[in-house]
Amino acid sequence: MGFNGDEALAYAAKQSTVDVVSAYPITPQTIMVELFSEYVANGEVHTNFVCVESEHSAMSACVGASLTGARVLTATASQGLALMHEMMYIASGLRCPIVMGVANRALSAPINIHGDQSDMMGSRDCGWIQIYCENAQESYDWTLQSFKIAEDPNVLLPVTVNLDGFILSHAMEGVEVLTDEEAKRLLPPRKVDCRLDPKKPATIGALCLPDYYFEFKKQQDEAMKKVPAALVKAVEEYARLSGRRYGILDTFETEDADVTIVCLGSTAGTVRSVVKELRERGKKVGLVKLWLYRPFPTKEVADAIAESKVVVVFDRALSFGAPYGALCQDVVSAVYASKAKPLITNVIYGLGGRDITPAEIASAYEDGLRAAKAGVVEERVKFVGVRE
Amino acid sequence: MMVVLKELTTEELLAPGHRLCGGCGASVAARLALKMTRGPTIVVQATGCLEVATTIYPYTAWRVPYAHIAFENAAAVASGIEAAFKAMEQRGAWKDHVDVIVLAGDGGTFDIGIQALSGALERGHDFVYICYDNEAYMNTGIQRSGATPHGASTTTSPAGSKIPGKPEWKKDFAAICAAHGIDYVATASVAYWNDYMTKVRKAIEVDGPAVIHVLSPCPRGWRCDTSESIKMARLAVQTKFFPVYEIEHGKYKLSVKVPKPLPVEELMKSQGRFSHLFKPEHKGEIEKIQRSVDENWNRLLKLCGEVQS
Repeated sequence: MGFNGDEALAYAAKQSTVDVVSAYPITPQTIMVELFSEYVANGEVHTNFVCVESEHSAMSACVGASLTGARVLTATASQGLALMHEMMYIASGLRCPIVMGVANRALSAPINIHGDQSDMMGSRDCGWIQIYCENAQESYDWTLQSFKIAEDPNVLLPVTVNLDGFILSHAMEGVEVLTDEEAKRLLPPRKVDCRLDPKKPATIGALCLPDYYFEFKKQQDEAMKKVPAALVKAVEEYARLSGRRYGILDTFETEDADVTIVCLGSTAGTVRSVVKELRERGKKVGLVKLWLYRPFPTKEVADAIAESKVVVVFDRALSFGAPYGALCQDVVSAVYASKAKPLITNVIYGLGGRDITPAEIASAYEDGLRAAKAGVVEERVKFVGVRE
Repeated sequence: MMVVLKELTTEELLAPGHRLCGGCGASVAARLALKMTRGPTIVVQATGCLEVATTIYPYTAWRVPYAHIAFENAAAVASGIEAAFKAMEQRGAWKDHVDVIVLAGDGGTFDIGIQALSGALERGHDFVYICYDNEAYMNTGIQRSGATPHGASTTTSPAGSKIPGKPEWKKDFAAICAAHGIDYVATASVAYWNDYMTKVRKAIEVDGPAVIHVLSPCPRGWRCDTSESIKMARLAVQTKFFPVYEIEHGKYKLSVKVPKPLPVEELMKSQGRFSHLFKPEHKGEIEKIQRSVDENWNRLLKLCGEVQS
């Protein structure tokens, strides 16, 4: 079917027997809630769509709904995600398996509606599972798989499905979809496990002081550690049904690569085509694309880049005052904990929706290859595509 | 319908042993409200005194399902809960009707929670919102809120040598709620238990949102003796300082008539938060408050059809 990333996500939600969608419109996510509203208006879903007055209330309503045992979805971007920030910690702390589509967009100021990943990077410690999509197909596929992961009894944590604003949210592609029956087989309606059941009164959201708080957070961390296993289980099941196989991360030509780029989201598509070109010219370059960013797959990333001499990490967000962009900080940590010690450089690119060109990516590979030969990196953090 | 004392349930859904202060009006408001439930009920709470003193893990005072999520969003949380039960009922996964009651303080209602409340009222969710109004942020140590009356001394509107307590006036919360066109809004005072409890049940039976604004004294913040809590709640009504009425389908009705009103000075001199108003440098303030109270009362009488407009 012809879908942009937002529509693909909404269509997957339609096939997911979602009980409650509570959301507030914000560019470039709006298409998602608009399309879903149409499904509701036409009686194609049983979903109760709670069209709230702010993103803060959207996430609050989602938490309330999720506590009843309902299946819950929301979507947002940028300022909306920032406004939800407080509630994101509570959603994960109360172990609500909510799925949220995020059409990644730059944060104000200055105000800008276009794509970068500053919004989600600012929420990376909120205790949410984070998945990044490369195209509209992945937006569809990961939405279905995300409910499986979120609702896994060993996990019970919320998930964000991230798609680059405009680049994915608004670009139309051909998307293969499951039939409604297949989707229902993969993801049956959520078995209601009501934590606010009047027959079994429980107090949710209690005050925990220094004598108990820490244990709650430790338990939450334990749940986070169980995400990779739940993800692998979900993607196996999905592969059997759809023929499309996902995982924690994706690698391309990394086996003998001297220089590997690590990135998230739609940029991976451009990088892959550059790798193909450079390989044709005999350059040993590769790509690691992370589907799963939180929990960070430390070992998998270290293994994927173990053979590389130089790793170039692409960050579409700034972490002001930090040694690197957020993704690069994580890659550096992963490498530090492993035997292999490739050189690492960081590229900051694409803020506020600025395009990254194949030439710029090729140039980053060339820089990497020079560094591999010299055994030293010239620039630790390089801003690409910005006027000085 | 009026509540009959002998017919009231002896079941306490808010268990004793919680850690609220002696004389706390909020505990009375919560306890009485829970005696008026009609079936399966969920309590949603905003952060506040009532929440922190009743849910200290691993203990809880709540014998009903209870959810506290954050400070500013109790109405939004209630919206989600109500919406979820409806959806699950539609797909055959849930049967029993569940009433949702929100309990939130004046800070969580008049100030930080008013947006979420307004949204929930506009959307028409079926829930009861009870604001227990102790006229300041008592949980964090008596800071002024939009519900704090003019002239009251709080820790963020202290009575100084220049400024005699809070310069601003209390919001007309019931009118704000009624402006949403909802079916039922009422004010109440914990001193008039029968009136309050009757209103709670009436609110529960409304199909859609209903709001109750109940005056719940805080001896700590009002600077009065803990044994005088109910007396203060009554005095506020008898001085016309806190009128008790309901707005049903937009129609105002006075619930507690005050044939022989006491001067506001009676209330002011019995609460330490107003004691500075009796100092010579703040002369005239009490008269100003009295004028405002009279004007408000006369306006209300007209709305209630008690006098010719």
